[in-house]
Amino acid sequence: MIEVKNINKTFEGRQVLFDISARFETGKTNLIIGQSGSGKTVLLKSIIGLVKPEMGDILYDGRNSMGMNSRQVKELRKEIGMLFQGAALFDSETVLGNVMYPLRMNTRMSYQECKKRAEFCLERVNLRGANDLYPSEISGGMQKRVAIARAIALNPKYLFCDEPNSGLDPKTSLVIDELLSDITHEYNITTIINTHDMNSVLGIGEHIIFINKGHLAWEGTSSQITTSGNDALDDFIFATPLFKDVKGYLVSQGK
Amino acid sequence: MNFIKKPLSDFGNYVMLMGRTFTRPDRWREFFRCYIDEVYKLGVNSILIVFIISIFIGAVITIQMQLNIMSPSLPRYTVGYAVREIVLLEFSSSIMALILAGKVGSNIASEIGTMRVTEQIDAMEIMGINSANYIILPKVVAMVTYIPVLSAFSMITGLGGAYFIALFTDIMPISTLTHGFQAFFREYYIWYALFKTLFFGFIISSVASFYGYSVKGGSREVGRASTNAVVTSSVIVLIVDVLLTTIMMG
Repeated sequence: MIEVKNINKTFEGRQVLFDISARFETGKTNLIIGQSGSGKTVLLKSIIGLVKPEMGDILYDGRNSMGMNSRQVKELRKEIGMLFQGAALFDSETVLGNVMYPLRMNTRMSYQECKKRAEFCLERVNLRGANDLYPSEISGGMQKRVAIARAIALNPKYLFCDEPNSGLDPKTSLVIDELLSDITHEYNITTIINTHDMNSVLGIGEHIIFINKGHLAWEGTSSQITTSGNDALDDFIFATPLFKDVKGYLVSQGK
Repeated sequence: MNFIKKPLSDFGNYVMLMGRTFTRPDRWREFFRCYIDEVYKLGVNSILIVFIISIFIGAVITIQMQLNIMSPSLPRYTVGYAVREIVLLEFSSSIMALILAGKVGSNIASEIGTMRVTEQIDAMEIMGINSANYIILPKVVAMVTYIPVLSAFSMITGLGGAYFIALFTDIMPISTLTHGFQAFFREYYIWYALFKTLFFGFIISSVASFYGYSVKGGSREVGRASTNAVVTSSVIVLIVDVLLTTIMMG
């Protein structure tokens, strides 16, 4: 479980996070949602440690990462997997090389053992026959799957995903969502996904926090989100014509 | 005050980055793999450009010397002597370093800058890897260890260019030129030139790495970092050249 307490972050005098406190449960897909520029990426990066908040505590199963020295942070990061918005695969490595990379760098496994584990992870994300290709030779959806395979290679306890569906078509987005949800439940990982994709929110959001202008504006589940009564959240989720229709339908049904 | 604050802040960040870079590699095998890769990418791939520039400049210096310093009061072998001194003392070390600052420096800055903007460096950090050590150290070590090889190669091809221009034209007899090459030779000059290149190799690779690593933004910033890396490392190479020449030859 990850718990954040009273997180505040300022960039060049402009405060982007205001006293955020939330709890992300183990074995659940936790979603951080909000409009572009609302501060959700800063919150995610603060939790991981890529951005240092001025104030607050970040507890990884009770261990406060804010008070850790560099060696402790390094050890903690071996328990973390991260899926970046643009996949962030290493251009100079093949698909297999990318997945083997964290194993080569962080374990004492032999080359054959690393290869076997990497192949297993690639199988797990349903990616076959692409081992020797370079990231530039595969599609965006495949890149995301390679990035997921790389993120789970070290059996992480915590998985972070920054806009996993950005740049993907709706069908591929569903595949990625299902994969993240399955992996979370299968390996009992604390997963935090940063997204503004409403299909993901409704599909896999077991615990959702809504960030609005740097404030935690709402917290709940996907079944509660359409009836939250929160104006800012309603503006966000019913922004597209399709979801406006959904809202009209819900209202007509008295929900 | 920004014109003072910015360079000071950049220098502080550079020193801190070098502090993170020069630590013991987590995996020596990975380090050596990257080192060999960098030697090939930065060093071996520069051999052709070093060869072309050295051979032509060697030839041009010979022609210019023949045209401009020929005098009845000077022995004819002076041309060969002057060409050797120019090639050994300055061209193959300092001028070659400036050329490499353009080729290798821009390559390093744009490669690391692209890794930064595509979050590959963040990905390494998340995996608990010291990205500065993993990415920059092999480049710096490869450059420092290989640039003397390039410099020595440039010396040979520069003098070769002079030899060939004398061989294929009638500007002066070969025997006179080679006599000039050997006249008043001091082995120390070769060691001095090669020693200088160690500093230049470090400056080129570390400054370019700093600019690449510090990129914030997108492709425009990567381009800007690449240009800044070349300009800054060239200026530092020139300043260090003056300092080393004053100390070692003065």
